[in-house]
Amino acid sequence: MKKYDAIVVGAGHNGLTNAAYLAKAGMNVLMVEKNDWIGGASVSRELHKGWIYSNCSYVCSLLRPEVFRSLNLQKYGLQIVPYGGSCTMAQNGDILGSYVDGDVDRREMARHSQRDADASVRYNRDIMRQCRFIRKFLLRMAPDPTSFKLRDLKEMFYLSKEFNKLGEDVIYDMMRFYTMSISDFLDEYFESPLIKGAYAGSAIIGSALGPMSPGTAYVLLHHAMGEVDGNMGAWGFARGGMGAVAKAMAGCFADHGGETICGSGVEQIIVKNGKVTGVALENGDEHYSDVVVSNMTFPRTFLECMDEKDLSPSFLKKVKHFKIRGSSGKLNIALDGLPNFPALKNNPELIKGDMHLIDSMERLERAYDDWKNGIWSRDPYIDMLIPSLTDPTMAPPGKHFMSVFVQYVPPKVKGKDWTDEQRDQFGQTVINQIEDYSPGFKKLILHAEVRTPRELENEVGLTEGNIFQGELTMDQLMFNRPIPGFAQYRGPVKGLYMCGSSNHPGGGVMAAPGANAAREILSDLRRTNTVPEGWLDD
Amino acid sequence: MTESDMQAPNMQAPDMQARDHFKHHVYPSPFYSRQKEANKLKEWSRWADYLSVPAYYDASLEYFAGRNSCAVFDLTPMIKHRVSGPDALPYLNRLVTRDVTKLKPGRVGYAVWCNEGGQVIDDGTIFHLPEGGTYRVCSQERQLDWFLTCADGFEVEVVDETHEVAGLALQGPTSCAVLKEMGLTGIEDLTPFGLRNFDFQGTTLEVSRTGYTGDLGYELWIAPSHAEALWDALFEAGKLRGIWAMGSEALEMLRVEAGFILAGVDFLPAQEAVRPSHTRSPFELGLEWLVDFNKPVFNGRSALLKEKQQGSRYRLVKLDIEGNKVAHDSYVYTKDKKYAGTITSSMWSPSAKASIALASLDMPHGKPGEELLVEIYYKRELKWSRVMAPCRVVENVFWDPPRKRQTPAADF
Amino acid sequence: MTNQINSVVVVGGGHNGLVCATYLAKAGKKVTVLEAAKQVGGACVTREFAPDFRVSAGAHLSYLLDADIRKELGLDSHGLSMAAEKIGSVALSPNGQHLYFEGENVSGEGLNERDLQGMKEYRRFMAKFAGIIGKLHNRIPPRVGTKDRGDLIDLGKLALEIRLMGTDDMREFLRIAAINIYDVLQENFDNELLKGALALDAVLGTKSAPRSNNSVFTALHRMSGNNGHGAGVLSIPRGGMGAIADALAAAAKKAGADIRTNSPVKRILMDFDKVSGVELENGEQILADIVVSNADPKTTFLDLLGARNIEAGLAHRIKHLRSKGNTAKLHLALSDLPHFKGLDASKLGQRLLIAPSQEYVDHAFNHCKYGEFSAEPVFEITIPSIHDSSLAPPGQHVLSAVVQYAPRDLKEGWNSGKAAFTEVVLNTLEQYAPNIRSKAVVAELLTPEDIEQQFRIHGGHWHHAEMAMDQFFMLRPVPYAAQYHTPVNGLYLCGAGSHPGGGVMGSAGRNAARAIIGK
Repeated sequence: MKKYDAIVVGAGHNGLTNAAYLAKAGMNVLMVEKNDWIGGASVSRELHKGWIYSNCSYVCSLLRPEVFRSLNLQKYGLQIVPYGGSCTMAQNGDILGSYVDGDVDRREMARHSQRDADASVRYNRDIMRQCRFIRKFLLRMAPDPTSFKLRDLKEMFYLSKEFNKLGEDVIYDMMRFYTMSISDFLDEYFESPLIKGAYAGSAIIGSALGPMSPGTAYVLLHHAMGEVDGNMGAWGFARGGMGAVAKAMAGCFADHGGETICGSGVEQIIVKNGKVTGVALENGDEHYSDVVVSNMTFPRTFLECMDEKDLSPSFLKKVKHFKIRGSSGKLNIALDGLPNFPALKNNPELIKGDMHLIDSMERLERAYDDWKNGIWSRDPYIDMLIPSLTDPTMAPPGKHFMSVFVQYVPPKVKGKDWTDEQRDQFGQTVINQIEDYSPGFKKLILHAEVRTPRELENEVGLTEGNIFQGELTMDQLMFNRPIPGFAQYRGPVKGLYMCGSSNHPGGGVMAAPGANAAREILSDLRRTNTVPEGWLDD
Repeated sequence: MTESDMQAPNMQAPDMQARDHFKHHVYPSPFYSRQKEANKLKEWSRWADYLSVPAYYDASLEYFAGRNSCAVFDLTPMIKHRVSGPDALPYLNRLVTRDVTKLKPGRVGYAVWCNEGGQVIDDGTIFHLPEGGTYRVCSQERQLDWFLTCADGFEVEVVDETHEVAGLALQGPTSCAVLKEMGLTGIEDLTPFGLRNFDFQGTTLEVSRTGYTGDLGYELWIAPSHAEALWDALFEAGKLRGIWAMGSEALEMLRVEAGFILAGVDFLPAQEAVRPSHTRSPFELGLEWLVDFNKPVFNGRSALLKEKQQGSRYRLVKLDIEGNKVAHDSYVYTKDKKYAGTITSSMWSPSAKASIALASLDMPHGKPGEELLVEIYYKRELKWSRVMAPCRVVENVFWDPPRKRQTPAADF
Repeated sequence: MTNQINSVVVVGGGHNGLVCATYLAKAGKKVTVLEAAKQVGGACVTREFAPDFRVSAGAHLSYLLDADIRKELGLDSHGLSMAAEKIGSVALSPNGQHLYFEGENVSGEGLNERDLQGMKEYRRFMAKFAGIIGKLHNRIPPRVGTKDRGDLIDLGKLALEIRLMGTDDMREFLRIAAINIYDVLQENFDNELLKGALALDAVLGTKSAPRSNNSVFTALHRMSGNNGHGAGVLSIPRGGMGAIADALAAAAKKAGADIRTNSPVKRILMDFDKVSGVELENGEQILADIVVSNADPKTTFLDLLGARNIEAGLAHRIKHLRSKGNTAKLHLALSDLPHFKGLDASKLGQRLLIAPSQEYVDHAFNHCKYGEFSAEPVFEITIPSIHDSSLAPPGQHVLSAVVQYAPRDLKEGWNSGKAAFTEVVLNTLEQYAPNIRSKAVVAELLTPEDIEQQFRIHGGHWHHAEMAMDQFFMLRPVPYAAQYHTPVNGLYLCGAGSHPGGGVMGSAGRNAARAIIGK
């Protein structure tokens, strides 16, 4: 039987990125995907006739431009269309809009607090200072601080040099930033509860932490990174839905001779004499290669697709302790028409953007208390978008597609698996919440797909439904991601690599873990590197 | 932006509380109706919340009006904060680097304020209003957050009154005569940086002998309701004295000649600096005369004291460049072609007939008289050329007529 | 008015102020300690709260007191002795099936093999990591990002120490240092009561729940003291915690320091840009070259100096220092020994914990996020009179309990909230000790507001400022004031608001003295 130079398991955007770089380096690469479609959580699906759902990830803000360019994604059809504005709607009918026009944006903040409007200059400055530092490490392997290898020492030196370059003020800010709660952090800048609530939202999206939990300030950075140095069009829709990202990557992969097999998941990664030799699929087929790259989550790779005897008990223990709690749900809704949000008063810019339902950090924290108690938030935080207003391919003319992201939703309900009935109740909670802000919303619903962490795990393979393939907390960042000692994309078995978001620098449709893993693989195989370095300025 | 792009003018001052404010991306200034009439070029730019005019007719003619007769510039968009309360003085004295106790009622002082690292947040003018005890701080950047941060521990009220005060600059040698003609009796006795209230059609007109052009000139402050009347009265009084409406392009030329610095151009306001090392201290901007260590505490004091002892990183200087090429965005080198700094502002000075510039040089460069080279790229009919132009660090500003200081001001 | 050369005024005669004063006096400085209360000790004090009933009114257990300080200052020769040492803990269960912690071991019903194994492993790595943190205690934190060689060497040493832990432990340290105790306990144990008790130690005196990130750090901090016995080992001084302060005061006096009680400081005096002494509330001025403040940072900078007399950047940082207390203190004068369900009377002298599960602690915490007190609070209870009969009349007893969570800024206000919370506290206690009310002659509850007023701690936080990673080491209390000297010339800090923080340790006082003498 044919032997491949590499087999990539899982056609998520990181798997595709990884496979494409390996193929570009002249390797004979096989990609295997359990679903009948590619993309993982970066996918467009027609679940209701005539509607295209970005049914998992729904906006594109973090995709590394270096990857976009080097994989020539434009040529393979990827178009990112920016959307303007966003807004936060409060229960009292007021809103906080965010506008592309800086002056309008400032006046909108000033409507709630003139001081806060001025303070946002300082706030944005401090966020960007931190983002600029992190961005340097996105397309770089994280060094192992415990290692004495020349490369690790060099990378550690680079890290400490860049750290020192920040200057004393920024270093202190950084040390505080990484350990603070977003609530304490925002209190140092703003006074308006609505403004703080709105900003806190992006610090908890996808995270199993409340805004008052230390460590949430970092999650905010993770979402803000796309905007460093005014990266134009940072927040946008992929035309045709998020599946367009995967499609373009797959186009590049195929163009470089890559083969893809869909429809059968990996039963087991085969190990012989401490080396991987290939994969056995659920349909019984086996494919062989000395290099197997897993785009699956860290726990799924080792707990579900490998034989326990091939791994050390201490490693397995750490895998089991990897934090990958789901906290988010999603509704994808086909609408008969454009919903009316009285609070927006037909503001054309805001309804095209990101719409949030939240008033204050306290309300957000209470939503989190429900999650801790093992139930979905009765008063959930909602992040919704109507991409069909920007991208006409998503729904028939006059009709709309709405993506509704929901926080918090536990991976299990009171410790037990979700039932279909509970899933529907959860969907109803969310729809009722939206109806409160948009009377008549329910009547517009033609079809709704409700996704709890269970659906995310079963369908896309995201363990416990964690959208980042593992929580973004200090213990799981940089050289700690996924676990200390295995943060350089190499698994515990020779020839086994990991390229999913469980690895540095983490989740979001960024494509950085896939690219970084490819760089390490090519280096181990002594092949020409096809993976770009990050673009930096000073 | 052309006029046809604009929303229907709304003569109200920006209403921050209006839910539908987003419909107005920019607001007309209180002088809008008159500006619109005068704006022959029909071009508008944006300055903070307001529409502003880059040039009404021709920037260079407006510039010459500012130097040879007088020119009127709409200052309304300048950010104005009113500081009042029993602790207004100690508050300001802790806020800025200079000694505000020396600023008597009816006087205006130029000042900078720094963060705790001694880096300049912004510069501006402090108006000690004639009644005494109340101050207005006029600056380029919004400061409410910082001003209120600094207010902890003081019994002081700080409010942004940008939209409550309309402002016009009347600059140039005939400006005093115009104001006299307008009926401001005794205006000629106002000393530089003096401030006096006059009665104008039943309201108070505040007039300060200040400006951003380095020449004889005044700034006039009035309630927006009387803005149009003030404009009309000025132009009526100035009819025979060469009064012009002046846009921001002409003002930019005037201020560079006068050696004034501009936030966001000649220095990066510290509150905006994503790269903290890109900011400047007052010493590095040539403003050591504004730093008074005889005050026990002010923001940035200990850092500046340290800098004074250990030396600065940069020096902002004026350059006199040989030839007629303008040194836009240029690098500055030493005679032996080593990097010395960069140009921050530059122009061809029609009055001095010289290519002049402000430059931020790495220390120890920038001593008066130092000879340097400026790398200038210039385009002539689409062809780019490069010249290494010799230049010299000069001490004096390029425009400094005695009439600027003369009191009583004459009708020049 | 007095004027002295090389003179130091220490504002506040808490344990750190006394330690600092003693080291300074030993170094030849002319030291005056000014204490507002009628006795020294600050929150390390024994006080009569009911006729003939005395209790450690603030801290009630000694586990962090630095053994070197104790030795160097000869505290034992100045009368310090322990009424009980290495006392155990009992995790109380509402059903009477308690768990007993003695030394390294835990026993009781319901523990499985994983719990017992886990306990050994947990103790091992926590003690090891606590040791790393403990090494920082007696250091003046370096600044970072400077080109100062001393700072760089200090940072290098620190990196080296972490490196020398060994690869596995170092990796584990870097992983867990900033995470929450909840996950670490889930990783190691099954028994809910066991986890609840261990979680309680991580969150005592803080505004954090077991699930809050950083709570491993606060657990480690509690175990990090060089107390001469081992990580987190508990003792009760004879005569209450005030005995420590009394011994410290005796040592200070012997070293030549002048200690003045009933001398509240009104403000710190400035001579142009340098401190010149203090003014007492009675108007007396005491001039000095150096002022060392044992008061908390907010009191020091915002009240005694005034925000207007410092730069706005510093004032802003101090204003945002998290320093609101969430811990209350309960004192009961008991006519007789109480009975706790299922607990043998021989165990009453141990530390009794009410934290039956991590979820219980978590739920207790949820309230304080929203300005409410816990509906079912957590407790750390001691009955010191069992070990020390001097604290109560013969046959009678005092109970001292740390109770959480009680936010400083209670939404309904403590005026009405105090009685309500006292009821909640006693009701909860009754579930474990059913007859306790009938035996309580006097009940005193100190809310954070009371603590603020009685101990003059801004915000009523025992640790002066929240113990958390963003307020530790070179960040404590705030950057640029973390090396004991402050941006104000001649003003030093020596209290719990400085590194290494709260707990009766004395290290902040000694480090501050070193920072002053080293100058």
